[in-house]
Amino acid sequence: MITLHWVYALMGAVFAGYALLGTADRSNPRRFTTAAFWALLALSMWAGDRIGDIGNGVLVLGLVAIAGFRGMGRGSGGVSLAQRQARADRHGNGLFAIALVIPVTALAGTFLFKAFPAWIDPKQTTLISLALGVLIALAIGCTWLRARPIVALQQGRQLMDSVGWVAILPQMLASLGAVFALAGVGDVVGGIVRLAIPDGSLLGAVIAYGVGMALFTIVMGNAFAAFPVMTAAIGIPLLIHQYHGDPAIICAIGMLAGFCGTLLTPMAANFNLLPAALLELKDEYGVIRRQIGTALPLLCVNILLIYWLAFR
Amino acid sequence: MRTDGPVRRCDGATTDLISTAYGQRPALPLTRCDDGQEHDRLMWVLLGIALIVAGFLLRFNPLLVILASAIVTGLAAGLDPLTILSAFGKAFNDSRYVSVVWVVLPVIGLLETHGLQERARGLIDRMRGATTGRFLTFYLLARQISAAMGLISVAGHAQTVRPLVAPIAEAAAEKQAGALDEEQRDEIKAWAAATDNVGVFFGEDIFLAIGSILLIKGLLEQYGILLEPLQLSVWAIPTAIAALLIHGFRLWRLDRRLNAQGAKAHLPETAEDAA
Repeated sequence: MITLHWVYALMGAVFAGYALLGTADRSNPRRFTTAAFWALLALSMWAGDRIGDIGNGVLVLGLVAIAGFRGMGRGSGGVSLAQRQARADRHGNGLFAIALVIPVTALAGTFLFKAFPAWIDPKQTTLISLALGVLIALAIGCTWLRARPIVALQQGRQLMDSVGWVAILPQMLASLGAVFALAGVGDVVGGIVRLAIPDGSLLGAVIAYGVGMALFTIVMGNAFAAFPVMTAAIGIPLLIHQYHGDPAIICAIGMLAGFCGTLLTPMAANFNLLPAALLELKDEYGVIRRQIGTALPLLCVNILLIYWLAFR
Repeated sequence: MRTDGPVRRCDGATTDLISTAYGQRPALPLTRCDDGQEHDRLMWVLLGIALIVAGFLLRFNPLLVILASAIVTGLAAGLDPLTILSAFGKAFNDSRYVSVVWVVLPVIGLLETHGLQERARGLIDRMRGATTGRFLTFYLLARQISAAMGLISVAGHAQTVRPLVAPIAEAAAEKQAGALDEEQRDEIKAWAAATDNVGVFFGEDIFLAIGSILLIKGLLEQYGILLEPLQLSVWAIPTAIAALLIHGFRLWRLDRRLNAQGAKAHLPETAEDAA
């Protein structure tokens, strides 16, 4: 059966390729440490399940040591603008068609693969079809553009080098979330929020729930971590039991109040910092800055929606 | 750093990751036990959060900040360093799927070196009436609708924003406002990424089988409240509409700003031509 491990094997091969190509890039002043970083990630993808929890912890220490002590660099080079313009004119809109192969395959795979649960892990169809879409797009692209596959890998490596250590930030923050959970951070924050609610005020309790969801999501980077804490601290005892609110409305919209917090926090790295790196923005918080103006009014809307709809 | 040895958690210390993460203990934390050590632990646990906030604000390398925060938080909770390291390592390994998005980079690299972004400019030039705001609003709506049908990973920052949405938005902005400096170019790209986030966040909960809906259902069940996913997901619709209106309005204002800049840039140019 095709599982996520096939995708990890592919990822490991890609990272190993980056490491190998990287050692030959003389324009990168830190080519060996940069290559070592991608090699460690290749190891994580290939052997992560075999080296044990402490082994993985040590692997993380290695990654952080390389990145934290400025071991990551990037080379120069690339194709000139005039050349790209000429190629764009020659290849036309077919370039978009190849780019669209990935989302289309992901779409088709998500539906089709569910019909073959014996062959393809039904829980992971999207990621598997994403990887498949990449392979199909590469095959079509290399054939049609008459490029050798190594060109794609080389270009991918240059993009990856420009992303740098930010690549593992989402994984690191997810791991920090696990330690926070183990340490019971949620209980502490939930308790503090409870202390802040004025007695006998329904609106006060609703605001505390909505703002608490957003704030705790900002801290944890994930509304999923905030939801059980805030709901246990405020949602269930106050809004549902004391004020007899509709649990479906309170919880569904409360979760969305948390999502407003996700738009505001660097802790949600895969949504907010990853695209800044991927788009090569100078300001790593550039995406968050564009989201503030939507997130804050929407948080107010969510709080008012709970207040108006849940207590009729 | 503590010197009095690890403090056991006063609720029994057998903390299971999942049950803590999803709050299966209906907790009244500040009153649960009130000895001095517990109070100590609370302060230290919050120090881990303070460290993260300060580290991000002062722009230290986030990887170092995260590791430091994990260590401080873990020690405060009475975990020994090896337990922290293995908890961190296990979580890192379990969340490898997050990094799968990077698999698309070779395709993006291949297409960009063959002129994908330049082609986006050509495409927009030939579309009359296409503006940054209108294009992004269209993308926002499409993303909300597809997410509401459960198609979350079909689009995204690596899949669509970098190769398609950002270059097209950038090209449209250039058509409206004339030449953009690097800061403005970055701003338009950031709008593209922000629009993707808003679209997926406030579309996905309309879908029945999304993680957050199942989490709500599961949590409420523990309190004896039984709900069907549909009863929850319909209440995501009002917020989805509000998100479309608020973000759409902001994109409309972005359009006006770009057009005004274009008009201003255009006037001196023609005056110069006349002279």
